[in-house]
Amino acid sequence: MTLRRRGLDWLLNAYAGLALIYLLVPIAIIIVFSFNNPRGRFNFIWQEFSFEAWKDPFGVPGIGDALRNSLEIAVLSTIGATVLGTLTALALVRYEFRGRAPINFFIFIPLATPEVVLGAALLSNFLNLGTPQLGFSTILIAHVMFNLSFVVITVRSRLIGFDRSLEEAAQDLGATPWETFRLVTLPLIMPGVVSAALLAFALSIDDFVITYFNNGSTITFPLFIWGAARVAIPPQIYVIATMIFLFTVAMMILTVWQQRRAEKLASVRPDEPDLAPPGPVGEPAPA
Amino acid sequence: MSARLRKAALPYLLLLPGLGWLLLFFAVPLVIMFLESLKTGTIDTGFTLTWEFSNYTDALSDYREQFLRSFEYAGLATLIALLIGYPLAYVIAFRGGRYRNALLLLVIVPFFVTYLIRTLSWETILSDSGLVVNTLQTIGIVADDGRLLDTTVSVVAGITYNYLPFMVLPLYANLERIDGRMLEAGYDLYGRRRDVFLRVTLPLSMPGVVAGTLLTFIPAAGDFINAELLGTPRQFMIGNVIQSRYLEVADYPTAAALSFLLMAFMLIIVLIWARIAGTEALLGTEGERR
Repeated sequence: MTLRRRGLDWLLNAYAGLALIYLLVPIAIIIVFSFNNPRGRFNFIWQEFSFEAWKDPFGVPGIGDALRNSLEIAVLSTIGATVLGTLTALALVRYEFRGRAPINFFIFIPLATPEVVLGAALLSNFLNLGTPQLGFSTILIAHVMFNLSFVVITVRSRLIGFDRSLEEAAQDLGATPWETFRLVTLPLIMPGVVSAALLAFALSIDDFVITYFNNGSTITFPLFIWGAARVAIPPQIYVIATMIFLFTVAMMILTVWQQRRAEKLASVRPDEPDLAPPGPVGEPAPA
Repeated sequence: MSARLRKAALPYLLLLPGLGWLLLFFAVPLVIMFLESLKTGTIDTGFTLTWEFSNYTDALSDYREQFLRSFEYAGLATLIALLIGYPLAYVIAFRGGRYRNALLLLVIVPFFVTYLIRTLSWETILSDSGLVVNTLQTIGIVADDGRLLDTTVSVVAGITYNYLPFMVLPLYANLERIDGRMLEAGYDLYGRRRDVFLRVTLPLSMPGVVAGTLLTFIPAAGDFINAELLGTPRQFMIGNVIQSRYLEVADYPTAAALSFLLMAFMLIIVLIWARIAGTEALLGTEGERR
């Protein structure tokens, strides 16, 4: 290896390192500024370290309600989109039927549509039909809608590498289609379903644009920030953002750990005895 | 129902709820918005459908500037994201070793913080008396009374940052699947590093580049949050116009026409890319049964 080549290697790694730092610095700033004690209405300039905002994160009027709305909508829309999306993905991968190609394309279109357009179209719809009243229910409808395509694509990618002989074995052993689904198919695609659900939850709790068009007078956490950004930004917003951040990180770690365990269990199959001694903990399986 | 008929109907039954939802709350709204875009009237007198196609030409000529700016900002942000994201994805895929997943997790960490707050964080970073502005003033890149906030720079920086993970993830997914033996073959044939990169790695990673640029460009061109929080009306993009026409002015026909124009431009761009990359890479349907 020439010196020049090593220098290039080093440069490339340093560049990638800088890119990672660029990605992380704004997040670090949020966490740091949640401990700020700002003077004035905006939390932009560092004054002094303080636990004030952490002692009373919900002390700003309306912030607690907004967070509760966000969580409720995220949970409900995740359940809705995950169930509907998983069924759709099953149909698309497992069966051959007329119209599959155009349906695949149709499901892809919402992903290629800018959020403003999705939000505006739904608003046109609700305004013209006059029902349902803009508010919690219309936000929920919107969130299930934009999450559906993401769920279908995530679950589908998991289903594609799926070993159908396992299902056939279950049916040969006398399982009904429902039993086969419940006892064989579902556990096998579960990691895909879980990732899809996590993705849906994250997208829902973070959504601003589509919600902004269809919220009526219901306020979610992102909408609360939007309102605050024009008037006053209390450090409590940064505290709650930090709390959501820590919660998400914990969930991610938990899922990765759980999936690795599941994969370890799934790899013990009678027809492929694991004769090789357990090697060093190398390449982690792609999550 | 006979068993055979039931089997034939099963995929459609599975599809029904999900597709029904998308039809009802995605396809039908688009139709209704299309009709909305052809109406005349005001919010007080009500809107009537007069098939007013001039709404489109009017919208395009009135907001030409914002349309062009959207594509300019989104294009710039996509290009910068590619320049930052490609080497990052490359290093993670080829040199990450057993830390690959951990590094990948770091790439998506920004997603764990609400979009609007990430943008507010940029407001802090680029603020007038902040570290970045002060440093740039000291070395003379920014004038002493110059600022970064409320300029093109801050808006493009915000957009680039917010969509960078959308660039890195597909690039990584693609680079990671490249067969190492192809690269070895290149070296065995006495290819220099640059040759191997330009003639093996780069061509093989093109689907990732196409997916990444699309996933960055589409949301970036429709964005209005960065221009609103990090810019002024002089940086407003087409998303800002649609938002204010709909929610502040209640000029629904113009807003609807603008939405359709934006969507049409996007579809054209997607289709052009799809021709280059092949639809299968785009839709992610490679491995399905056929």
